[in-house]
Amino acid sequence: MENFTPLASLMGGILIGLAALLLMLFNGKIMGYSGIFHKLFQKDKNEFLWRLMFIVGSIIGGAIIVFTNSGDTISQSADGIGKVAIAGLVVGVGTKLGNGCTSGHGICGIGRFSFRSIIAVMTFLVSAIIYTYIEGLL
Amino acid sequence: MKYFIPFLSGIIGAIGLGISGMMSPDKVKSFLDITRNFDPSLMFVMAGGIAVYAIGFFFIKKREQTVLGDVFSLPTKKELDIRLIGGAVLFGIGWAIAGICPGPAIANLATLDLRVIVFIVFMIIGGVLGAYI
Repeated sequence: MENFTPLASLMGGILIGLAALLLMLFNGKIMGYSGIFHKLFQKDKNEFLWRLMFIVGSIIGGAIIVFTNSGDTISQSADGIGKVAIAGLVVGVGTKLGNGCTSGHGICGIGRFSFRSIIAVMTFLVSAIIYTYIEGLL
Repeated sequence: MKYFIPFLSGIIGAIGLGISGMMSPDKVKSFLDITRNFDPSLMFVMAGGIAVYAIGFFFIKKREQTVLGDVFSLPTKKELDIRLIGGAVLFGIGWAIAGICPGPAIANLATLDLRVIVFIVFMIIGGVLGAYI
């Protein structure tokens, strides 16, 4: 397993956790990327700006990663546009219905010992793993 | 501060996504490919993130208000429902198809890769659809 990177992944996870704590401590908000993103398109003027700032910051963080070459990105992926479009659609519907993703449910939800989040995470991990397995057979 | 903190949190979180490997669809797919090309690294992302958040949140929730004097906006639903389960099943599938989830997608906009823009456009469409289901 020459791609096994436990230390980098752990450090990254710790940073994500710290970022989430910052947002909770000061703004009282859950750091759920899907929730923050979807709600940008709702007509909530009071909440729009902090969400936008979060998204802008996330893109800048991504730029730091790209420019310092600190991690692999989509640039190393071979997937085509069609596949990515379908994936985006399904992720969009799924995160809207399920009210969260790996950050909102996975880190913040489980970190709060939320029963709904624990079930959500177990569910999406299982469905992701099963899909991957089936796709590999085809 | 109300707007600077989310900005800072966004930067730190995305750097975390980057160094953890979450920004790499191939790395995500290897994590999900438990019977063949398995790379368990992303387990450590969750472990690190959850541990830090759990400890921090334990102390934060003792407060009456945020540092900026606001109320805490926490989810109120406690019961499971079909939307949650159905949504999670779908999200898992979508995540597995391209190895991309919302946070890394946003951070990956910095690569200016057309596929990221396509993903996000369709994620917006999916979100709008989801609101009608």
